[in-house]
Amino acid sequence: MFDDFFIRALIAGIGVAFVTGPLGCFVIWRRLSYFGDTLAHSALLGVTLAFTMEFNIALSVFIISSLIALTLIQLQKRTNLPGDALLGLLAHSSLAVGLVVVGFLTVIRFDIMGLLFGDILAVTVDDLLIIWIGGALILLILKLIWKPLFASTVNYELAEAEGLNPDRAKAIFTILIAAIIAISIKMVGLLLITGMLIIPAAMARNISSSPQKMVIYSIIGGLLSVILGLFSSLEFNTSSGPSIITAALILFILSLFKIKQSIKLKN
Amino acid sequence: MSNSQNILVKLKDAGFCINDKWLVKGVSLQVEKGKIVTLIGPNGSGKSTTAKIALGIYKKIEGEVEKYTNKVGYVPQKISIDWTLPLRVNDFMVLTENLNKETIDEALSLTGVIHLKDKNLGDLSGGEFQRVLLARAISKKPDLLVLDEPVQGVDFTGEIALYELIKKISDELNCGILLISHDLHTVMSATDHVVCLNGHVCCSGSPLDVAKNNEYKALFGEQASQILSRYEHKHDHIHTDEGEIKKS
Repeated sequence: MFDDFFIRALIAGIGVAFVTGPLGCFVIWRRLSYFGDTLAHSALLGVTLAFTMEFNIALSVFIISSLIALTLIQLQKRTNLPGDALLGLLAHSSLAVGLVVVGFLTVIRFDIMGLLFGDILAVTVDDLLIIWIGGALILLILKLIWKPLFASTVNYELAEAEGLNPDRAKAIFTILIAAIIAISIKMVGLLLITGMLIIPAAMARNISSSPQKMVIYSIIGGLLSVILGLFSSLEFNTSSGPSIITAALILFILSLFKIKQSIKLKN
Repeated sequence: MSNSQNILVKLKDAGFCINDKWLVKGVSLQVEKGKIVTLIGPNGSGKSTTAKIALGIYKKIEGEVEKYTNKVGYVPQKISIDWTLPLRVNDFMVLTENLNKETIDEALSLTGVIHLKDKNLGDLSGGEFQRVLLARAISKKPDLLVLDEPVQGVDFTGEIALYELIKKISDELNCGILLISHDLHTVMSATDHVVCLNGHVCCSGSPLDVAKNNEYKALFGEQASQILSRYEHKHDHIHTDEGEIKKS
């Protein structure tokens, strides 16, 4: 059944949605949307390096994104520049270096559009293994650091005072974001990965009353977006990434009606 | 003063400096099981900073902190919670430790906010939120409670009840409490040891000793000294002029 490219894409997308759901909630709670973007931009550098050195793409993207993330943490500690300026600096310089490296490649052996916007035709059985095994690992690690990460998201000082080691949880979480970007790049494309993280979670925020519910709705929203997006991508012959994100946006717009009702009730 | 096994946290000549400005310097104090140590001092005198040093929130400090327990409950002075999180009181109670329903209900009842259990944290009033903060800190039955102005914004009767509760918790759980308060009246009646801060320790000792101290009088005025001295109670030790503590 894995012979059909569409089934492969669907299984890959479902795997990605299970992981982006909970991670996306933390990205929203911790206000890291732009951070996700920065890592995604740096992914181009990871991809081009993988091609120049004939290395596994996902692994290369993961390593580069992690390095960028750790560099950011160090720069935040050592400079007086605001966070968004540092993010912009890293995002655009890694994108630029990535494009320069592309220029050095005599023959471009990969599809730039596919890289930017996702390409369901490109999902191989190996990619499925990377997504499902990597995804399971990400979720397992997230479960292990959930308590300190969540507590420090609510209030850093409470978590630190009561012995939860929030700095370690934050560093591990950063690596997890790099990992999800690495494994989902083929599905969604690097320009739109942050959308996959935050749009289903934003939709979930509109209709949730507790953090657990928000995580569950975020996963459901992600799954629906992937399924709707991929089917319409097949139907209308559009790129998979934009189709998935558009489906997520439609779900978000629908969720707005739910908020309006609850505000009405309050008044 | 006591045997060393009872010490929960000990500061030795501790200080914290940020952007070349000392927030507090040269603080030595210790909190023991079953004792309430109160920090007093004017605004900006380093009370909250001292609490954060004791809690280990500030890492790059001068001097030493020795913490002998990890079971800590903390009520911060200011807490900014981001409302992008959908968080109910019940979710907040299990923030740093998993507790069963009975424990949560008991703590919320003690501080009088059990009826708010399923409410969204963002919908609480300042005083209600303060009660929830206190409930959360005591629910995990900590060895060390650090309370930074725990009753701010609480109504007058509630304030008295909560101070009584704090005293009761200290006795029942035999936990040590580091308390920061501006309310000299209510606090002094229950406090074992007072540390008066003004960027450094200007004086410390029993409430009565502190009340007699000239630096304290200069800082708070004669009237405050009279308030403090009303709450005279017995101690098993005396303070010498050098700041040494001796058994009496």
